[in-house]
Amino acid sequence: MGFPHNPHARETVLLSQYFGDPEARSYKGWVKRGGYEALQQALAMPPAAVTDVVKESGLRGRGGAGFPTGLKWTFMPKEKDKKKPHYLCVNADESEPGTFKDREIMRWTPHALLEGTLITMHAIQADVAYIYIRGEFTEPFAVMEQALAEATAAKALGTFKIYLHKGAGAYICGEETALMSSIEGKRGNPRIKPPFPAAFGVFGMPTTINNVETLAVVPHIITHGAAWHKAMSLSSPKSTGTKLFSVCGHIQKPGNYEVTMGFPLKDLVYELAGGMRPGRTLKACIPGGSSVPILNREETERCLLDYEGCVAEGTLLGSGGVIVFDDSADMVYQIMRLARFYAHESCAQCTQCREGTAWTTKILERVLAGQGKMQDLDLLLDLAENMTGKTICVLSDSCAAPVVSGIKKFRGEFEDYIAGRRRAMVA
Amino acid sequence: MSVVEEYQPVFTGKTLDRLREIFTRYPTKAAAMLPALWLVQEARGWVSDRSMVEVGELLGVTPAHVRGVVTFYTMFHQHPVGRNFVQVCTTSPCNLCGAEDVVQAFLEHTGARELGATSPDGAWTVTEVECLGACGFATPVLVNADFVESVTPERVPEIVRKYK
Ligand SMILES: Cc1cc2nc3c(=O)[nH]c(=O)nc-3n(C[C@H](O)[C@H](O)[C@H](O)COP(=O)(O)O)c2cc1C
Ligand code: SF4
Ligand code: FES
Repeated sequence: MGFPHNPHARETVLLSQYFGDPEARSYKGWVKRGGYEALQQALAMPPAAVTDVVKESGLRGRGGAGFPTGLKWTFMPKEKDKKKPHYLCVNADESEPGTFKDREIMRWTPHALLEGTLITMHAIQADVAYIYIRGEFTEPFAVMEQALAEATAAKALGTFKIYLHKGAGAYICGEETALMSSIEGKRGNPRIKPPFPAAFGVFGMPTTINNVETLAVVPHIITHGAAWHKAMSLSSPKSTGTKLFSVCGHIQKPGNYEVTMGFPLKDLVYELAGGMRPGRTLKACIPGGSSVPILNREETERCLLDYEGCVAEGTLLGSGGVIVFDDSADMVYQIMRLARFYAHESCAQCTQCREGTAWTTKILERVLAGQGKMQDLDLLLDLAENMTGKTICVLSDSCAAPVVSGIKKFRGEFEDYIAGRRRAMVA
Repeated sequence: MSVVEEYQPVFTGKTLDRLREIFTRYPTKAAAMLPALWLVQEARGWVSDRSMVEVGELLGVTPAHVRGVVTFYTMFHQHPVGRNFVQVCTTSPCNLCGAEDVVQAFLEHTGARELGATSPDGAWTVTEVECLGACGFATPVLVNADFVESVTPERVPEIVRKYK
């Protein structure tokens, strides 16, 4: 174990302050660092007041969609029906290629997540919370289990009940309605919305689903106030607070970096994460996990890391998984590999997704094998259009995003394979 | 005369107690599905047809329902695998960092030779998996329940020796 880097001077460390500090993992160590004070403070407030503070702070969901967190909480019934318990589902399924931040929050600061979970349970009047941890996260699971046992023994939970639920290998279970199906003991198939989870969620009861990072921020907002959180913004006022960015791929210092919203992507890549390997230059970058459009070098160097800044460059902030490609990367192969990921992970309910992801992968494999035709590129774009905005969940759209942006920005590399200017490969 | 081996139930004694405790966490018995299947795999190494029937009986669902769930999740084995089960991430970010070479090194040093096949001594099965959520620690590898970070082909012989 061990954490790969000390914070850079330009980072704003809130969530990552204790990454790499083993003492912070224990209940005692967490309390010594001021832990669970925010919980006490929140419990002394009416639930609606807690929600108001979070709403006012501008916090938006860190799981990918960026939905305003406080607003989501207000969708829960205010008057509780005795026969209808409220649930909180904590999304710790982290499987979006390029993203590895929730894993670090859980393995280093498990009590930050538990405290944020408890405060949120109070705000939405939840009786039970399930923390859905992907099955492959064996170490974070063990750390969370230990932390939960310690917090329970210290009576930090009060009457709230928190259970860990272990996944079993399925990217789609990170989608909120699939996650609920999975908790219910079913195949992880997404459901058509409406009904929305706040009305009819897990076990048919009012449910809120939040990402690990989102919940870990909540105690800080309670402690320091909404205005403090809102003031953390370098560019768009609609994006506030800090964000953990996972940087990986062709980069000197991979790892998690926590910066204020609006931080330049260029500085994150070239400065904080150490830049390219010697002799290499940046070719492309995916800033928000594999489901968002690819940026070329120029766009990367211009992009500001907040929800609006990413949209301005034609991409999305997503989960904050930054994948870097240098000039040695074969974009056709990499895009095929991403398409294959989605084909593998499609739950196969929708025809456009099931067929579309499989076809896309096949055509890209054909191009790589030197058997592609120029029309294949149009075929891929056609397919992508049919896969966008037409399915139960957005996994289908996610497969289309790197393909469309890849062909648009790196068309020459595809054409090289088709024209036989590049050596064919069997993928 | 063929001898039909009798099925020994998984859920007896302590394992049954554990399942009973799990039942208390959910409002329905059927929701204990994933935890129950994990207990089966822990005890037997894989989930057999007969175990699916057993789980179905305990949870009050049909064996077909259980099968539907088992086949959906990639971590449940429907066939016996090697004593050591190796999962190497080869998704794009890890691929950029040389994951394919790590796969090759495992196939070679374990004697498993082929992806998904078990080595002749029954000790190893090597598979490729999609993103393990640790892309900054390329290449991550799961050996049974142990998560090993930053694996390079050079480190593979030492890892294989450790689990022999
Ligand atoms: C295919 C797919 C996979 C997803 N995977 C995750 C995931 O692993 N973790 C996560 O927090 N959100 C994931 N999401 C987003 C969730 O559906 C949901 O928006 C999020 O958990 C809500 O929490 P937040 O508002 O705190 O971000 C995924 C969405 C889709 C469509
Ligand atoms: S879009 Fe794909 S993953 Fe989503 S529900 Fe449809 S088939 Fe399943
Ligand atoms: S791509 Fe290998 S761990 Fe994410």
